[in-house]
Amino acid sequence: MNEVREGKKEEKRYGIKPLVIALWFALLLLPFNGLRAALILFVVLSISIVVCKFLFLYKKIVFEGLQTFHNKIKTVRVFSAPSALMIRSLSLIFLFIFPFIATDYFIDVAILSGIYIILALGLNIVVGFAGLLNLGFVAFYAIGAYTYAILNTRFGLDFWSALPFSIGFTTFAGFLLAIPALRLRGDYLAIVTLGFGEIVRLILNNWDSVTLGPNGISGIAPPVLMSISLGKLSYYYYFVLSLVILTVFVTRRVYSSRLGRAWVAIREDEIASSAMGINTTMYKLYAMAFGAFWAGLAGATFAGKMQFVSPESFTFMESVLIVSMVIIGGLGSIPGVILGATILVILPEILREVQLYRMLALGAGLVLLMTFRPQGLLGGKGVSLRG
Amino acid sequence: MYLLEVKGISKYFGGIKAVEEVTFKVKEGIIMSIIGPNGAGKTTIFNCLTGLSKPTKGTIYLSDTKLTGLPPHSIVRLGISRTFQNIRLFREMSVIENVMVAQHHKTRSGLLGAIIRWKKFRDEERIIREKSVEYLGLVGLSDHVTTLSGNLPYGAQRRLEIARALATEPSLILLDEPTAGMNPQETSEVMSLIKNLKELGKTVLLIEHDMKVVMGISDWIIVLDHGVKIAEGLPADIRKDPMVIGAYLGKEL
Repeated sequence: MNEVREGKKEEKRYGIKPLVIALWFALLLLPFNGLRAALILFVVLSISIVVCKFLFLYKKIVFEGLQTFHNKIKTVRVFSAPSALMIRSLSLIFLFIFPFIATDYFIDVAILSGIYIILALGLNIVVGFAGLLNLGFVAFYAIGAYTYAILNTRFGLDFWSALPFSIGFTTFAGFLLAIPALRLRGDYLAIVTLGFGEIVRLILNNWDSVTLGPNGISGIAPPVLMSISLGKLSYYYYFVLSLVILTVFVTRRVYSSRLGRAWVAIREDEIASSAMGINTTMYKLYAMAFGAFWAGLAGATFAGKMQFVSPESFTFMESVLIVSMVIIGGLGSIPGVILGATILVILPEILREVQLYRMLALGAGLVLLMTFRPQGLLGGKGVSLRG
Repeated sequence: MYLLEVKGISKYFGGIKAVEEVTFKVKEGIIMSIIGPNGAGKTTIFNCLTGLSKPTKGTIYLSDTKLTGLPPHSIVRLGISRTFQNIRLFREMSVIENVMVAQHHKTRSGLLGAIIRWKKFRDEERIIREKSVEYLGLVGLSDHVTTLSGNLPYGAQRRLEIARALATEPSLILLDEPTAGMNPQETSEVMSLIKNLKELGKTVLLIEHDMKVVMGISDWIIVLDHGVKIAEGLPADIRKDPMVIGAYLGKEL
């Protein structure tokens, strides 16, 4: 009885919503390309709605497939299955031979994806595990990048001796932000972190004597490993790849330990977790600092790759992008976040052809995803930020 | 020997006196019920006992350790644990993980342990996993170890809350309406579970509206009305107390 009613409700929902979406996109296009293009878009979208409707008849099959895939990944966390091991080793092999089969452009995109994966996995600890919405995460990324940039260009430290400072300083900044921010919850926390992100960007922009202001710092040396400069793209690819593997390895292990459980418990129910003996303030602090740790690593890696940093790379949009990666992939799901980060780096590159519309298309994709799969591509069912 | 002593605690929310000068003692190893009409301040007392809210006045001692002013996680460490009136499970975690979280304060492994997974870490994890399975067996959830706790049926969720509370190894366990919304069969299962807790040597403090449960398993009852303790005694005496009847049914004119 109940099921029947729910089924009907869903049918109705899918009947109306895509139409509204089509109309909305047509309206969005109107100021760019005039009435004709808008009408064409509307018609095309409306037709695809009919197709969608047919697809939704098979929705259950598709979603169940996704769900079992996800469950498989979830159970791997506790009991690893041999088939998953095979998939994993195959993809590892692919990742290792990638530079031999790809052009420089693709390697470049892959490196960028890798850096964003590290960054998104770091944010995933804060947002996905501990449930603290951080809209200024790019600040930590910036601190990591600038620390390496300044230590390298001013004091001549090489990558490896600057890295501990970069990471340490960023982690410390995470602590500093956490102390005032942890008295707040949900939306308020988001606003404070957003402010923090802007403060850091403004400092970078205006503290000319240290950061060289809007001009940025150039001439940063790439890392050198055993007297081999990693400046070459394919070397840097392997370097970033190993960092990504390290990040995945560590965050997975921490996730399935008592620390990870404490974080998830806090996300699920803060009051209950404190009543079960978890020092919630302490663990939220850990989450912020541990998340910042990876942002520091990603920042230094970014600076080493670009050999140039400027405040432009660390705007609020960047924070939004990183949060989107985590949410698209699925809050708290490590494979999901990797997927989300990869998609959001690669998609704008693919859409480069249609320059003007790529942000539009990206936005449209986000809206569609959030309408039909609010938990993200590989996320758990009930995990959301609706405190 | 008294396990818990509550001395004149009051809790005001602005001008509202939720609890006013309530004093009671709980003997070790008994089941004591707190009853009273809705809004009598029962849950507020539980919140004060577990540190979730700070009493405006008064002190609480758990076997001579002062609890007032301590944060919730320290109170758990001293041996008080609770369940919630409106179920508060970690819904996106599996059943066993819920119980493992409750053993948080008994484990020590930190970040390095988690990453390197040396023997100490693995042993610790194994021990709390085994213990969790044990606690789940106790409340009859052995078949649902890996289920997401949010997907459990209602009655099972309530029992999981009890298992989770037990896993902190408390000497005093507070149950806030553990049979709310249950059918008669589920209720009698929970009743025998609570009796079981007593046999395990736990002291139980119970908030309950179902009089059959209260009268059936309590060794001692206190009655609250409008934040004030109006009666205290054996179940048989409470049943006859005119003040209690007045509070529940209204007074005769």
